[in-house]
Amino acid sequence: MEQLLAEIVAKYNYWIYVVLMMIGFYAMIGKRNLVKKLLGMNIFQTAIILFYVSIGVKRGGSIPIVDKHAALSHGIDATQVINPLPHVLMLTAIVVSVSITGVALAILIRIYRQYGTLEEDEILEKIGR
Amino acid sequence: MTYQSSLLPLAAIGISLAAAVPIMLSGRKPNLREFWTLLAAVGKFVLVAAMLPSVLAGHGFVLTLAEVVPGVPIQLRVDAMGMYFALVASFLWICTSVYSIGYMRKLKEHDQTRYFAAFALAIAATIGVAFSANLLTLYLFYEMLSLATYPLVTHERNAEARFSGRKYLIYILGTSIGLVLPAMLITYALTGTLDFTVGGILAGQASPATLALLLVLFLLGFAKAAIMPMHGWLPAAMVAPTPVSSFLHGVAVVKVGVFSILRVIFFIFGPALLRELDYGTIITTLTSITILVASLIALTQDNLKRRLAYSTIGQLSYMVLGAGMLTAAGMTGGLLHIAMHAFGKITLFFCAGAIYVASHKKYISEMDGLGRRMPVTYGAFLLGALSIIGIPPLGGFISKWNLLLGAVEADQWVLLLVLLTSSLLNAAYFLPIVYRGFFAGPRDTGAGEVIQEAPLLCLIPLTLTALASVGLFFFPGVFLELVHAALFR
Amino acid sequence: MTSTNLHMYVMMAPLLAAFAVNLLGRVSRAWIGPLSLGALTFSTIGALLTLLRVLHHGAYRYTVGNWQPPFGIELVIDPLSALMLLLVSGVALLATCSALKSVQNELPGREHLFFTLYMILVAGLLGLVLTGDAFNLYVLLEITSITTYGLIAMGSGRAALSSFNYIIMGSIGACFYLLGVGYLYILTGTLNMADIASILPGLNAPAAIATAFAFLLVGLWVKMALFPLHIWLPNAYSQAPTGAGVMIAPLMTKVTIYLMIRVMFSIFSPDYTFFAHAGVQAGIVWAASLAILCASGLALAQRNLRRMLTYILIAEVGYMVGGVWLANGTGMTGAMLHIVNDALMTLCLFLAAAAIIYRTGSLEFDRLHGLYRRMPLTMAAFTVGAFSMIGIPPTCGFFSKWYLLLGAVQAQHWEFVAALLASSLINAVLFFRLFELAYFKPAGEDVPSASQPCGDAPPLLLSPLVLTAVALLVVGLGTGPLIENVIRLALPPGFAP
Repeated sequence: MEQLLAEIVAKYNYWIYVVLMMIGFYAMIGKRNLVKKLLGMNIFQTAIILFYVSIGVKRGGSIPIVDKHAALSHGIDATQVINPLPHVLMLTAIVVSVSITGVALAILIRIYRQYGTLEEDEILEKIGR
Repeated sequence: MTYQSSLLPLAAIGISLAAAVPIMLSGRKPNLREFWTLLAAVGKFVLVAAMLPSVLAGHGFVLTLAEVVPGVPIQLRVDAMGMYFALVASFLWICTSVYSIGYMRKLKEHDQTRYFAAFALAIAATIGVAFSANLLTLYLFYEMLSLATYPLVTHERNAEARFSGRKYLIYILGTSIGLVLPAMLITYALTGTLDFTVGGILAGQASPATLALLLVLFLLGFAKAAIMPMHGWLPAAMVAPTPVSSFLHGVAVVKVGVFSILRVIFFIFGPALLRELDYGTIITTLTSITILVASLIALTQDNLKRRLAYSTIGQLSYMVLGAGMLTAAGMTGGLLHIAMHAFGKITLFFCAGAIYVASHKKYISEMDGLGRRMPVTYGAFLLGALSIIGIPPLGGFISKWNLLLGAVEADQWVLLLVLLTSSLLNAAYFLPIVYRGFFAGPRDTGAGEVIQEAPLLCLIPLTLTALASVGLFFFPGVFLELVHAALFR
Repeated sequence: MTSTNLHMYVMMAPLLAAFAVNLLGRVSRAWIGPLSLGALTFSTIGALLTLLRVLHHGAYRYTVGNWQPPFGIELVIDPLSALMLLLVSGVALLATCSALKSVQNELPGREHLFFTLYMILVAGLLGLVLTGDAFNLYVLLEITSITTYGLIAMGSGRAALSSFNYIIMGSIGACFYLLGVGYLYILTGTLNMADIASILPGLNAPAAIATAFAFLLVGLWVKMALFPLHIWLPNAYSQAPTGAGVMIAPLMTKVTIYLMIRVMFSIFSPDYTFFAHAGVQAGIVWAASLAILCASGLALAQRNLRRMLTYILIAEVGYMVGGVWLANGTGMTGAMLHIVNDALMTLCLFLAAAAIIYRTGSLEFDRLHGLYRRMPLTMAAFTVGAFSMIGIPPTCGFFSKWYLLLGAVQAQHWEFVAALLASSLINAVLFFRLFELAYFKPAGEDVPSASQPCGDAPPLLLSPLVLTAVALLVVGLGTGPLIENVIRLALPPGFAP
């Protein structure tokens, strides 16, 4: 039990992302309100972004901005700077996530205009009629 | 047999395929349209016949169309067996074309353009089956034939035609996709080839159980041969116009089924392998049952075309039965029966059509005394019937004689009994029709409806094929030679 | 390494055209057609040249902006990706002809918006085919998805709702994929496919690798609509504007299957994929068989042509997934061949559907009576497409099915054989039911009334359709050379027959 706890604490970032992801996943699948689904999707995506960002971190590492002359003369001690690549990747992922949210919101507006509601049940009922 | 590369087989198939285009384009000018049909029919026969001397001399033709699967190209090959079938089909095709024109015009049928176009496709596919060099190519043309005949079977486009069309497709397409395709695949997976090879390709390639499974799959899968229980489509397909029934369901389609089965027996399994495993019994058992049951059912049918259909089912199994005896005479008889039955049965169907054109009668019970008004038609009918029963001097006798010999050779007395019983049954369901036509019914109906012979374009072909049945008894030379070349050279 | 940039132009042409279409199309509608067709013609010719080059000189890699891998983005141009490049650009070109006409009809005044998205989508698909970088693949996947969401939402009726559901499902798929990539990144520290592939075998972390593998696959399965994950597809594809469906339906699922093949063989190895976990390979073939059967069964229940086609599409996904997972060269050949063939067949059928809907305004079964008489050429092409779906030689559908079946027989996966045969038979039932409707009972007994317009579709709709139908036959008869010269080279080493 203690071991498990230690495991959880040591890798807390992963546990946070898992929990966030599950919350998002639940909202996407379980909620009947379309906006809530969209929110769930955002939480889901954010969880993954956090996951990526957290894997770049190093204990005691600083931001990866280095003095060009110092770097050229001494090289870079990789343990002293955090890994910038996951962060860069996540910039792209954030752009993707924002654009999807944008498209989804636009579609939601259309749906609202069309049916006057964003509750999935009510919409399906209206379609059925 | 040696093979040389040549475009002739493709031309023989392609001519009617190509003819479908001008036929469709000249739909508004019936005379022009029929000219194309006849031109293609005669052209096809000439092309096929042009290859005959060379094939008889032992030089076949071959043409590879496309490489599709390693070891199995789409390939045409003219050997003796293919030549034999193509010769029969392309000759009868001319007769059918002439007959079709007379029949369709007299009845003022609708959609004749589509009818003739589909017919052209069907005959192209039939010749394609004859000239296939391997099982895959054969399957290709087999399917093409199934689809080209669908619009013909459903020509009437009424509820009954729709139902029959469905039945036709379910049987034909269902078995070819569901049974033949897997059988072909397994064969290919075992041997790496599907080429029709003298002596077969399967020997020593699989366990006896697998081979038995394959054999049954092929026998039932080629449902066009209508071996029971895959026969249900044939009577249903009789809703088609009579020329369709006569050519496609009396000659081309069903014979294509038998031809395919014989190809598989002779060139995929090989008689030696079947003899060794004693699997001839599987074939003979299935076909014997079919022969007897179909003949018995034929007795009960009042609709003339349906009776002919059941007769066809029985006769088709003769051919497969002959092959299943695996003796020289049996195989000769089976193969020979393709031609003999074709000439006889097409005559009968032509007569049925002529009777319908002249009197609009479909049921045998209504046909009392009709023979006295249509002597030519009924005379031809008698000849056709006698040929199928197997009475000399008619072509059917030769093949039946060989079949009987085969049964004796194989020491299969049961089969002998089956053949004799069936001949009696044949007589029992054919001769009463002729008898009623000539002798039954009131002597003279006097005035009222006057029934005359069918138009000349109908009469000429049926007379021709009936006389050909007689001729085949005296001069079976070419066919016999081809059959011998196919089996023993 | 080679210095050609041709494949870049192939990809860039539609992308640039997208901006041009947006700007110039705003001014005048007349610009849209020439611009998009021109760009895609260029791409198609370029793709053809690329393919010939690859076949002649062998596969090559290309580093975008000359940043050396594993740091830069790498493009891989091998026989399979070059073939896909040609397929995507060619299908898109044909689809565009039809889309131009039907969009004009359905979305008047919004054509430039539609074609902006449309061209970006094509560019995204072309990029997906080329990329050799796992993260890059994610980005391109989302580019294609976002444009697809937009295109589908432009449809009428329930399209918006369907599109939203697709967004939710699509995002789940993409996020799973991204997670998988994250795991791989943690394990290997690189995103380049070839680099990952070279590092993975040396690692001793089976659970983590397996998790990554599972996430990647499930993500892609959602995107390709493998059976239990398919719910979003029928609504989305059948309610999209006709012009969008004509391109999305043939290409999206096929490209995703190509991506699955890439993941299986370029990131992981065939050895790992098939043999590392006992039971997985067989299990997936079983799942694919069930997918085929269920999807085919559902297709039987549909009363609308386009909806029926979408379910067939889902069944076909099962064909290809199963084929790849048979774990032998023949099955893989069949699956790759089927990617090409199925794209063409689906294109043919959707083009025919577009032509029918243009003339009659409806694809409900009870409105299809007498179509053979009213639109003979359209229906002839439709018939060829249907035969190909059923698998009747010499249409190409037969030959890929042949290889799939043969692979299944060789692998002794009889359940897959049975599923394929059953699906062929069900397809036969499905299409012959349609033929019957269209063939029997001519509407209004040969008298064309105002509500039953007569005549084939306009040339812009008809010509790509007829061309595709011819292509089905040509590709079918050219199966041998196609496999010998292209697909055999694309098989992973050790699987070439």
